[in-house]
Amino acid sequence: MPAVSKGDGMRGLAVFISDIRNCKSKEAEIKRINKELANIRSKFKGDKALDGYSKKKYVCKLLFIFLLGHDIDFGHMEAVNLLSSNKYTEKQIGYLFISVLVNSNSELIRLINNAIKNDLSSRNPTFMCLALHCIANVGSREMAEAFAGEIPRILVAGDTMDSVKQSAALCLLRLYKTSPDLVLMGEWTSRVVHLLNDQHMGVVTAAISLITCLSQKNPDEFKTCVSLAVSRLSRIVSSASTDLQDYTYYFVPAPWLSCKLLRLLQCYPPPEDGAVKGRLVECLETILNKAQEPPKSKKVQHSNAKNAILFEAIALIIHYDSEPNLLVRACNQLGQFLQHRETNLRYLALESMCTLASSEFSHEAVKTHIETVINALKTERDVSVRQRAADLLYAMCDRSNAKQIVAEMLSYLETADYSIREEMVLKVAILAEKYAVDYSWYVDTILNLIRIAGDYVSEEVWYRVIQIVINRDDVQGYAAKTVFEALQAPACHENMVKVGGYILGEFGNLIAGDPRSSPLVQFNLLHSKFHLCSVPTRALLLSAYIKFINLFPETKSTIQEVLRCDSQIRNSDVELQQRAVEYLKLSSIASTDVLATVLEEMPPFPERESSILAKLKKKKGPGAVSAGELEEGKREGGEVNGWEVNQQKSEPSQENASSLTTSPSPTPTAMHLSLTSFFFPSSLSQSTPSPSADLLGLRSAAPVSAAPVSAGSLLVDVFSEAGPAASTAGVNDDGFLRFVCKNNGVLFENQLLQIGIKSEYRQNLGRMYLFYGNKTSVQFVSFSTTLKPVDPLVEGGAQVQQVINIECLSDFSDAPLLNIKFRYGGALQNLSLKLPVTINKFFQPTEMSSHDFFQRWKQLSQPQQEAQKIFKANHPMDTEVLKAKLLGLGTALLDNVDPNPENFVCAGVIQTKAQQIGCLLRLEPNAQAQMYRLTLRSSKDTVAKRLCELLSEQF
Amino acid sequence: MIGGLFIYNHKGEVLISRVYRDDIGKGRGGWRNAVDAFRVNVIHARQQVRSPVTNIARTSFFHVKRSNIWLAAVTKQNVNAAMVFEFLYKMCDVMTAYFGKISEENIKNNFVLIYELLDEILDFGYPQNSETGALKTFITQQGIKSQTKEEQSQITSQVTGQIGWRREGIKYRRNELFLDVLESVNLLMSPQGQVLSAHVSGRVVMKSYLSGMPECKFGMNDKIVIDKQGKAGASDEAGKSGKQSIAIDDCTFHQCVRLSKFDSERSISFIPPDGEYELMRYRTTKDIILPFRVIPLVREVGRTKLEVKVVIKSNFKPSLLAQKIEVRIPTPLNTSGVQVICMKGKAKYKASENAIVWKIKRMAGMKESQISAEIELLPTNDKKKWARPPISMNFEVPFAPSGLKVRYLKVFESKLNYSDHDVIKWVRYIGRSGIYETRC
Repeated sequence: MPAVSKGDGMRGLAVFISDIRNCKSKEAEIKRINKELANIRSKFKGDKALDGYSKKKYVCKLLFIFLLGHDIDFGHMEAVNLLSSNKYTEKQIGYLFISVLVNSNSELIRLINNAIKNDLSSRNPTFMCLALHCIANVGSREMAEAFAGEIPRILVAGDTMDSVKQSAALCLLRLYKTSPDLVLMGEWTSRVVHLLNDQHMGVVTAAISLITCLSQKNPDEFKTCVSLAVSRLSRIVSSASTDLQDYTYYFVPAPWLSCKLLRLLQCYPPPEDGAVKGRLVECLETILNKAQEPPKSKKVQHSNAKNAILFEAIALIIHYDSEPNLLVRACNQLGQFLQHRETNLRYLALESMCTLASSEFSHEAVKTHIETVINALKTERDVSVRQRAADLLYAMCDRSNAKQIVAEMLSYLETADYSIREEMVLKVAILAEKYAVDYSWYVDTILNLIRIAGDYVSEEVWYRVIQIVINRDDVQGYAAKTVFEALQAPACHENMVKVGGYILGEFGNLIAGDPRSSPLVQFNLLHSKFHLCSVPTRALLLSAYIKFINLFPETKSTIQEVLRCDSQIRNSDVELQQRAVEYLKLSSIASTDVLATVLEEMPPFPERESSILAKLKKKKGPGAVSAGELEEGKREGGEVNGWEVNQQKSEPSQENASSLTTSPSPTPTAMHLSLTSFFFPSSLSQSTPSPSADLLGLRSAAPVSAAPVSAGSLLVDVFSEAGPAASTAGVNDDGFLRFVCKNNGVLFENQLLQIGIKSEYRQNLGRMYLFYGNKTSVQFVSFSTTLKPVDPLVEGGAQVQQVINIECLSDFSDAPLLNIKFRYGGALQNLSLKLPVTINKFFQPTEMSSHDFFQRWKQLSQPQQEAQKIFKANHPMDTEVLKAKLLGLGTALLDNVDPNPENFVCAGVIQTKAQQIGCLLRLEPNAQAQMYRLTLRSSKDTVAKRLCELLSEQF
Repeated sequence: MIGGLFIYNHKGEVLISRVYRDDIGKGRGGWRNAVDAFRVNVIHARQQVRSPVTNIARTSFFHVKRSNIWLAAVTKQNVNAAMVFEFLYKMCDVMTAYFGKISEENIKNNFVLIYELLDEILDFGYPQNSETGALKTFITQQGIKSQTKEEQSQITSQVTGQIGWRREGIKYRRNELFLDVLESVNLLMSPQGQVLSAHVSGRVVMKSYLSGMPECKFGMNDKIVIDKQGKAGASDEAGKSGKQSIAIDDCTFHQCVRLSKFDSERSISFIPPDGEYELMRYRTTKDIILPFRVIPLVREVGRTKLEVKVVIKSNFKPSLLAQKIEVRIPTPLNTSGVQVICMKGKAKYKASENAIVWKIKRMAGMKESQISAEIELLPTNDKKKWARPPISMNFEVPFAPSGLKVRYLKVFESKLNYSDHDVIKWVRYIGRSGIYETRC
């Protein structure tokens, strides 16, 4: 390139630049630039034509201003004019301006392309080079369209200068990279390959870059390049030849070219031709040999050049993976680098060894360096090198050294950098699983892992350990013991609690024989961690507790106590609350058989690809884990998928349980659905969206979630259907008892329905009016009660009346049941209520004197005729209220009978169709203790008892 | 509260750094991180930073610029930004009072003094007494002079006392008082002459040389006061003064003014500091006298030519003279040549500012002048149309455009034997242009 002569120095430009550099502030700089721009505008505007020199100068200034970050919106035309100049410097500045500032401005592009075309067809090599550089620098699609056909011709033409060929090759490479579709293969391709033999260093280097890129897309077209490249390489490498000896760099002949050739060869499989292959192997051996030789120079450039070739050669050897001899040698060579002073070399060595370790030929050779690598992991100062060391350890691990490597990695984990911890944890987990000979070792390792780096143990890791423990009978006892011991540490990680909860819940019985780990001890240990855990873990622990109830019935009361306390059963978290309520109910209403089936041990997990391995793959990207490992991973498949209750087995058990319910049909599903959500709330509440939802997912739970009831309504269903006998009637009990001493009022009320009652009794007969009020605005359909037919449609807001006649045949204690069914918005509503008909309703008051009373009292002196109860007052002790209540009872309140005026005495006869039953009552309030003593004597023992029960709730 | 205060030169080098709180220097690198963050993100920012408050990494930087010097207050806390800026302005005033213009040279020469001042006016980031008069009694430039016990106790009592801005025992042979009403008038006008926005921001600056502890009372034609007096006093006066009174939108006072009295009686009474100070600041938006009217006429003749004609009219009493008049007419960015003809003054095309600048030294009221220019343009491939920035104007007039008048300033000093009549009082009105723009 001709140097810019002194006459072309452009003083104005230099002055302008120094002015700008001397500006004290940004404002001053902008002022100077504005002034200069105005000057240039006036010059370009000027009527007289500018000479080439000043045009060049001003374009240069504009370029400089643009590079300072200001917008330039003129001067393009002048720059294009410069292109047609015959002076090199003017042309050069023109092209420079165009390459920096050109945009897809249509008219200018046409002019520029024209100028480029002229230059390309000129015989001047410097002009051609300038044009080629401009095309490559702009590299736009328009340029490619215009010149993609032209450049290959220049490249392969016989009479083109070497420097132009070099530029043309690089220019074509650039165009190919931006728009590969426009660069068409043709007869020039075969001739391009022959550029490999060109004598000009620049041409060969540029051509190799082009061929490497092209052959990646069209390997067949450029197949011939392999033999050419091999012969060229051997000529450079072997000391006998004198090819390109002028390009020796610090005693290494043509290092860049050698590297590029080796890289080109990596695009192709090993040559089939024996001779070519022999030659290549010879070359590679020579390179390896040279690496052994003492360095010819102490300069770093020498060793860099040498090592660059060596690493490319090793990469090629690994790529071929067919020469055991070379592989082993390469491995040994890298082993030397492992202890090299240069950090970069150590890094590269570790990285290359990682790939070597996966080759069957060199795996053993790599293994010999284990001590060095472990040392590197511990002592290396650069974290990226340590990371490579960890990768290599992972790659070289097999059955023979797994224990050592896992132990080393575990011990390193305590001090490892945070950035690589998670990956290390995954690797340890995978290695431990893959090479576990005995599973107790595996369990130990994973628990250690959780202990050391709990925060970095992802969900998958502990799911996996549970999968394996569940699937392996032999390890369950050991796992329970170890986990129990691990949990005894004062501070243990939440993941440990999860594993502990799960395993003890399943297999706690295996260690319960030992008094040190008796059921209660186990439970207390788990529960001591409960309050420190997050919601998902707590949910899991609750499930563990219910499992405990099944495993150890003796813990039932303790656990029920825990479940019943407000912090569980009224927890603000819906998931926890639901679990607590359901488990409490389940444990109290279900028989041991039912419990045993519902809470049966988890079935083995299906064998599937290890979820951890999948996670590592995702982390490292495809290719990081070789296919062999994947297959091995599949060997131990299976997944933890929510600790669900076995469906088929729980179905019949629900049938048993349905004896408790009034409408058995929907119950099993409802129970079922809620049971599937016992563990891993993510399957239901989505409170912890797991990144591996597909792994964790609901695949095996799919039939369950296909059930028509939506998850949201579970709670309601379980309440209203599973335990109506207990729950609904329980609600109604309150209302029922209110009616002992009165005849009118509201019996039942919820959001939908209100039931009011009016009743009157005479002798043994009674009449009751029931009012069903629809509180909603929607009509109830198919409304029916068990008593009498009523209008099946109840309009929104309307009231339906029903009259019942009652006759008391004989004494009774159970109240009649009223079942109400209707459909509200498509959902079947089912209510079961006790009608407030009690025995006392049929009282006839009997007035008698004190003497009579005590006489009769004494007559009824048999023990079964008397019922007595001492109870605490529920309401304030107001004499008038008490009187009113006793009168409401239906008996006669007798004054002046009892010597103590505080006491109340009543007498009455109950009228039934069969007989009349006399009753005497004595109520002794104790105002100080807020207690009552109630004594009832009746001619029939059952009546006395029943009345005593009813009345004891009233005061 | 302010965590630290840094002063930079235009290159971003720190000239003064004073850290009051450790929180701005948490982490590696200490407060130097904060120093660098401001330099990189504000002083050396690619785009000019226009916001005076910058938040970088949970640290707030409040800056003001004086010529080439940047003053930046740094804090991690949620401080009152107005307080910080008030402090920074006060800091500039104090420095100006001590060593004149704030420049790199002056700051380097006075850096011991500046540190001394910074120790005094900020304590743990809380602003303290920043009254120049008070500061000058104990921070001097004359070197250290050992003070007697009485002097020390006097300083203590003064600094901690009720009237921190004035010391006792001041004596002048001539009791003099200068009062300047300085206003800047801001305007944005449409090409058709419609006022789009206009307001006046004014300051009353006093220079007092009075003996003892005088009590002053300042009165002006504030509409509220006049109306109140008009109701109480004679009705004919109300009719006369009603026209002349002005409506003040908002005002702030120097700390010496008794605010309680202003709130209750709207009278401005105070014990003045010694020397120069700003008594009050105010703003008005109604009935503004616009001293000049600009009438632009721009005509585009084809793609390469532009004709501009601008007429200015002065709109005040013919006896008054406006000074330092400058009209700035922006030119398009692709201007390649300009020819100007003007009736009065000098006009020049300034390429570095992309504007034609027309300067007139003096102009009496009710006069008219005109400039016409031909601008040649270079055709560009840029499709963007010229944004036509407004024509701006600078001037100085010897009256208050808001219409404010000083009605009285009374001085009472009961202890010393001089009365209001003995005080020599000077009053001056100066109206300057703020942003005075007319769209074209």
